[in-house]
Amino acid sequence: MTRFWKWFWVLLIGIPIVALSAWGLQDNARLFVVTFLNGLTLASLYFIVASGFTLVFGLMRNVNLAHGSLYLLGGYLGFFAAQFTGSWLLALAAGFAVAAVVGLAMQVSIFRFMPGQDLRQTLVTIALSIVIADCLMWAIGAQVHQMSPPPWLDGPIRNLPLIRAYSTYRLSLLPIGIVIGVALWLLLNRTRVGMMIRAGVDDRAMLAAAGVNVNLVFATTFAIGAGLAGLGGVIGAVELSMVPGEDTRLLLASLVVVIVGGMGSVIGAAIGAAIFGLAETYGLAYAPTYSVVFTFVILVLVLAFRPRGILGRPA
Amino acid sequence: MELSKKTVVRTLAAVLVVAAISAGAFAVGAFAQAPPVKIGLLATLEGPFAAGGQDGIRGAELAVRQRNGVVAGRKIELVKASSDAKPDVAVNATRKLVEQDKVDIMVGPLSGSEGIAVKEYSKTQPNTTFINGSSGAQATTLVSPSPNFFRFNTDGGQWMVGVGKAALDKGYKKVMVIAEDYAFPYSQVQGFMTEYCKLGGKVPVKAWVPLGGKDYASVIARVPKDVDALAVVLGGADAVNFLNQYEQAGGDKPIIGGSITVSQDILNYKGKRRDSLVGTIAGSPIADAYDAPEFKAFVADYKKNFPDGYPSPSLFALVYYINMKATLDGLDSVKGDLSGGQKKYRDALSKMTLKTPVGDVKLDANRQAIGTTFITEVVKDAQGNLYNKVLRKIDNVNQTLGLPPAEFKVGSRDEPNCP
Amino acid sequence: MSAANWRGAMNVQPRAQGANAAAAPAGAVRAPRPARPRFENPLRLLHLVVLAFLIGYPWFATPFFTYQIGAQSLALGLIALSLTFLGGYGGMISLAQMTVAGIAGYMVAIFGTAATDGVSLGWPWWLAVLIGIALATGAAAFIGWLSVRTEGIYTIMITLAIGVAFYYLVLQNYAVFNGFQGEQKVFPPTLAGIYWRDPMPFYYLALFWALAGYLFVVYLLRSPFGIALQGIRDNPRRMHALGFNVTAHRVTAYAVAGAIAAVGGVLFTWYNGLVTPGSVGTSWLINILIIAVLGGMRHPVGAFLGAIVFVLLQNFAIDVIDRERFNLVIGAVFLVIVLFSQDGLLGWWSALSVRLSTQRGETRWSSARRRLYAR
Repeated sequence: MTRFWKWFWVLLIGIPIVALSAWGLQDNARLFVVTFLNGLTLASLYFIVASGFTLVFGLMRNVNLAHGSLYLLGGYLGFFAAQFTGSWLLALAAGFAVAAVVGLAMQVSIFRFMPGQDLRQTLVTIALSIVIADCLMWAIGAQVHQMSPPPWLDGPIRNLPLIRAYSTYRLSLLPIGIVIGVALWLLLNRTRVGMMIRAGVDDRAMLAAAGVNVNLVFATTFAIGAGLAGLGGVIGAVELSMVPGEDTRLLLASLVVVIVGGMGSVIGAAIGAAIFGLAETYGLAYAPTYSVVFTFVILVLVLAFRPRGILGRPA
Repeated sequence: MELSKKTVVRTLAAVLVVAAISAGAFAVGAFAQAPPVKIGLLATLEGPFAAGGQDGIRGAELAVRQRNGVVAGRKIELVKASSDAKPDVAVNATRKLVEQDKVDIMVGPLSGSEGIAVKEYSKTQPNTTFINGSSGAQATTLVSPSPNFFRFNTDGGQWMVGVGKAALDKGYKKVMVIAEDYAFPYSQVQGFMTEYCKLGGKVPVKAWVPLGGKDYASVIARVPKDVDALAVVLGGADAVNFLNQYEQAGGDKPIIGGSITVSQDILNYKGKRRDSLVGTIAGSPIADAYDAPEFKAFVADYKKNFPDGYPSPSLFALVYYINMKATLDGLDSVKGDLSGGQKKYRDALSKMTLKTPVGDVKLDANRQAIGTTFITEVVKDAQGNLYNKVLRKIDNVNQTLGLPPAEFKVGSRDEPNCP
Repeated sequence: MSAANWRGAMNVQPRAQGANAAAAPAGAVRAPRPARPRFENPLRLLHLVVLAFLIGYPWFATPFFTYQIGAQSLALGLIALSLTFLGGYGGMISLAQMTVAGIAGYMVAIFGTAATDGVSLGWPWWLAVLIGIALATGAAAFIGWLSVRTEGIYTIMITLAIGVAFYYLVLQNYAVFNGFQGEQKVFPPTLAGIYWRDPMPFYYLALFWALAGYLFVVYLLRSPFGIALQGIRDNPRRMHALGFNVTAHRVTAYAVAGAIAAVGGVLFTWYNGLVTPGSVGTSWLINILIIAVLGGMRHPVGAFLGAIVFVLLQNFAIDVIDRERFNLVIGAVFLVIVLFSQDGLLGWWSALSVRLSTQRGETRWSSARRRLYAR
């Protein structure tokens, strides 16, 4: 894109945002700042869940629509782990592990036998998501499961300068998201496994020709991606509670984040999550009636003008 | 024409499939009207009110078990169906029960908007009697009522009678309303605000949130500093989320609850009991600590029959129980006679005085119940369980809340208003 | 290139005109298929049998079966047909077909009569239906224009997003769409003394439009436009190099599919008697995809087969297994079909016929046909 057009788009989108922000700040500064924090923290949660999704698609071209069910699975199991052991950190580990194992099973027993058939894999994941969600409801029931934050994250932080008080747990989502993002980046860019994954994204055939066990790399990636969904589930179980139906919500959110940011790009997922989280919370705060329509319109516009997302790479 | 093996097999297969489908159609069509009385039961077993739906089914089954499964010498056959709080799903499920399973009487649905859709459907089925489950939207019986749709429970607006005055008594002069955006909360908010506004209360902000929305951080951020309390009319998972997020965010304003906000299915969610709930006042057709002998017998019966249910029956269990009891009592009084387009049965329903665990219920001209409402407060018992104790009991609440019908306006997003 | 030129290039003889005209519904007819040396077509008997069955169905089935199973399958099948056409033959899997159908339904409710008088305009039913279909087709073209630069999974995403955006729009807007409650009492009219919502008349109405849609699609696929569309599906670059306007073809395909879905949407809305946000929600968007895939995307009849199986499952799974587990049954059936079949029910059918055909002594034509079936 030429420099002129780049500046054109930056100004077209940037000026209204700056103008609206100025208005918001002078109208009700507290609401504006709290909403900003809400948006970033929600974006963190979305990023954690969406990063697994984009990792799986980026490498294996597999749109795993059962990602939401893995979120639900991780969340429920984390809840029971926390109840059993009393430790939130153990619950996080349990959620990650269980989802990773299930993801691994799915890859090894089903997707390995359908190489290259993107649509068929997508349909299988849809079917799996329906089956898993219903099995979970059968086993666990429809009751709301609200996980408690660990005691050191419980309750509000008081006496903050402008915003008076803010939920400690919610605020902690931001550093958690950043830590996971950095860890993922380090994994992908500074380890051998990450190097193989990135090579596989660029050229699968060459990777196999170079003597790497591609199936093993695929399985590892799927496990990590699924585990991230489960981890997101445990984190979300505290903030948003676990109920049948959460899987579709989080799946839709992951889809939007990954499409806006670009499939296969972790940084894209971060950008997409920020845009989506902020748009959703500002919409809910200032124009609740049409806030969700607004967020999906953003998605449609991004796709219409950049069909692969902001940082997407061609298939 | 060359008859290859393939042709033969294919044509045979097609003929077999055709025969199977027509046999199925025949068989179902030839199903005779059997002596047992078939009652269809619809509740939300999926979606945001799934837990409430399960308890509703328990309440209905309790009414059947109290009669040992027989009414007026006929065996009771319950045919269950599920919906997810969406009107078209409810209508499809009802249609299957009425037209395919040929139920004689239809009990349900659970949710307000479903009730309005099922009422419209009932007008197309004059030979079946429809009795409400627990749907509580005012419009179901107030706006173009159906001649064969009966509601033996009071509606959402009636449930909130007296709460406005109780709020002002507690000193809440300014209240913010946070409610889900569909028919039932409109009715509840209308019931609360009609009285509250008339007595001088003010509602500066109303926040309508989508049903099933989970993130209340933005709504919480909008709570003005100067309101005295929050009127929270949310149900199911939404209520749990809101209450938790509000406490986590450091919110400390007292809460006035809608009827399903502090129902037993909410007070018993899996997770740490929130002490902040203690002291919440609400309006409801049920009060867990009501000490009348009929109610205590009902609670004991519920606990005996459903050891895996809640510590005390929820609002849904009681209301489904009332409606199913009405169904069966009506059948009893006409000795099971459903002939002649069920006319005798419907007359009996319209005229009877139903004895329920919380008082007597009669129907008005729109086949809507006139009954009892409680003002309740949440307290904690010795075991740490939360339950609702009775502050006040109001009898004979009618659908126009005591106002002359001309003055009464059905609740909507903008009605009533007193900023 | 016209169809005749194409056939010449591929050295394929066209079937006799008589056979084309009588190419009635159902049966695993493949398009295009190589001509047979003789005028014999074992499938013709099958066509006539199925057509007779369809026409005679209400006479021996109960009203419930006629209405809730038969008519619903036909209406849903028509909507799924639009997806089979767009996805199977155009290569663009769009999850917004139910959205287009819902737009048609809402427009009929808004321009015609419905329960909420404040919103509906009360125009005569035929005007409301025409406007509804026109607006829905226009919306489909717009959706196509937005989605045309995407491909494969991105098309699925963008159309899903458009569908969800529309769902939230009708959920939250009360002035025009009446929000959560939706439009109730949207009924077909009483014409010529017949109330068209009674089971038998409505079934024939749905059958008429389903047949019309099916024949239209089968015809369109053999026309120059249809052939070009399939070429664009297979290799857009080559088609572009040959001088075809790829974007225009694709958008037109979206519009055509939108028109089919709009007709199906009006029928489905009349069937339900209401249209609500739930009718255009995520689950229904995906259900249409499930129906199209269940039946098989290799031939237009697959959409109707999938619809029949889906409707039967929806209504009777609850009798076969515990009330509350019917979602599990639907998901499991779908999983089995997708895992073990290349192309849904039609894929199984043709795999079966491959098995059987190897028993015969192979002629050039039968072995060519077998290779085509096995694809």
